[in-house]
Amino acid sequence: MMPEMIWKLLEITIMIALLIPIAATLVWVERRMIGIWQDRHGPNRVGPFGILQSLADLLKILGKEDWIPPFSDRLVFILAPVIGAVCVLMSFAVIPFTPDIGVSDLNIGLLFFLAMASLAVYSVVLAGWASNSKYALLGGMRAAAQTVSYEVFMGLSVMGVVLLTGTFNLREIVLAQTDGWLIQSQFVGFSVFLIAGIAESHRLPFDLPEAETELTAGFHTEYSGLKFALFFLGEYLSVMLISAMSVVLFFGGWLMPSPLDTWLPPLVWFILKILFFVFFFILLRTSLPRPRFDQLLAFGWKVMLPIALLNLLVTAALRLGGVL
Amino acid sequence: MSSLASIEGLFYLAATIAIVASLKVVTGKNTVHALLYLVISLLAVAVCFYLMGAPFAAGLEVIVYAGAILVLFVFAVMMFGLGIDETHNAPQSRGLSLWVGPVFLGLLLLIELIFVIGNSDLSLQLNNQIVDSKQVGMLLYGPYLLAVEISSFLLLAGLVAGYHYAKPESRGGRL
Repeated sequence: MMPEMIWKLLEITIMIALLIPIAATLVWVERRMIGIWQDRHGPNRVGPFGILQSLADLLKILGKEDWIPPFSDRLVFILAPVIGAVCVLMSFAVIPFTPDIGVSDLNIGLLFFLAMASLAVYSVVLAGWASNSKYALLGGMRAAAQTVSYEVFMGLSVMGVVLLTGTFNLREIVLAQTDGWLIQSQFVGFSVFLIAGIAESHRLPFDLPEAETELTAGFHTEYSGLKFALFFLGEYLSVMLISAMSVVLFFGGWLMPSPLDTWLPPLVWFILKILFFVFFFILLRTSLPRPRFDQLLAFGWKVMLPIALLNLLVTAALRLGGVL
Repeated sequence: MSSLASIEGLFYLAATIAIVASLKVVTGKNTVHALLYLVISLLAVAVCFYLMGAPFAAGLEVIVYAGAILVLFVFAVMMFGLGIDETHNAPQSRGLSLWVGPVFLGLLLLIELIFVIGNSDLSLQLNNQIVDSKQVGMLLYGPYLLAVEISSFLLLAGLVAGYHYAKPESRGGRL
């Protein structure tokens, strides 16, 4: 029992030690890709192709004064960024990377992911409240309304997957896609999930909680130094998390159709699929404008929710009829 | 036998955390801090459910109560500016004693959860007596059907009332 426990702890440590630098590198990847798509260079000075830019940024951010405003609520102010990063990192525990790698085969893995996603809201909301400043408070309130709304049909959109595979266990969901990825029958569910995922990680075009043009920096207006870096890290980690979940739920995880699966190891396929979605997230940021806040909520409740419900209903009917 | 006993120990630990946090909810002076304690209390109850072999109930407890309903509470508190005045008056020197409590309780829960999930021996013990989502569904739509229907009526009434209040009064209002 003991060696097993130590092995698990080692696995967790390696995963965290890999995830955090990857998330930091993602910041550079994003800036570089945006640069290319906008016909300019982007950061290309530090190291080969500028790949060490994130390291330089990290050193800079560590050297800055970590200021806690005297008018803030100290407890909550310090706690908020930690909650965000911890919740996202916890979610990675249930993701099956390959047939052998994966921290936990929790039999409610999907529910665990949804629970952690819904707890991550507190990070943003509490940050907005604890800062005790108007911009931050507005950002926090926007985040609360947005996340609670989009969470509803994020849960509904994956229920089609649960219906078809009959399990909440993410590893079993992947294995159930051996004969064909679920995207074939769950395209609508996937679209709703992806949109909700973008809103949950509050990336553009759904970054209204931190809309720079209206709210300075939204919920993290008062944050600086390491605590700001934690928010940043949480955002990029959740981009990777949503990408990984899309791959696991709809694109067969590490599985590939028969001629392709021998070309590369499963882990590489999994990472390639995740990278595809990460690049999609980045491309979205460069190409879409930001909606107004009431448009965002109306879109959620009046368009996405009915679509998610309809998808669930049709999937259930087809399942009962024996078509799927 | 020893691992079963340790499950019991973990259960009582989580239950104690829930009770302490609930007491702090009703005795606290700062609204938002009280809400934070309430979140921790609900998370502790979820861990209790998980340890009793009901992971589905535990997941829903976190998603519905801690993740959605309490966020709405916090939203309302923020919107009406409750709790901010007390924060202004609170001297900063007392800050330390304020934040030790919830952080300590939350950390205990986190350690417990990681311990249970990471320890395959304990997980095996749990799997022996598990109540899965299928059984929950069969119970809800079997013996407890009437209760489910009645609560859905209640929710529908709430929805209609909410729609009534939210309806714009004049046609020229919001688009």
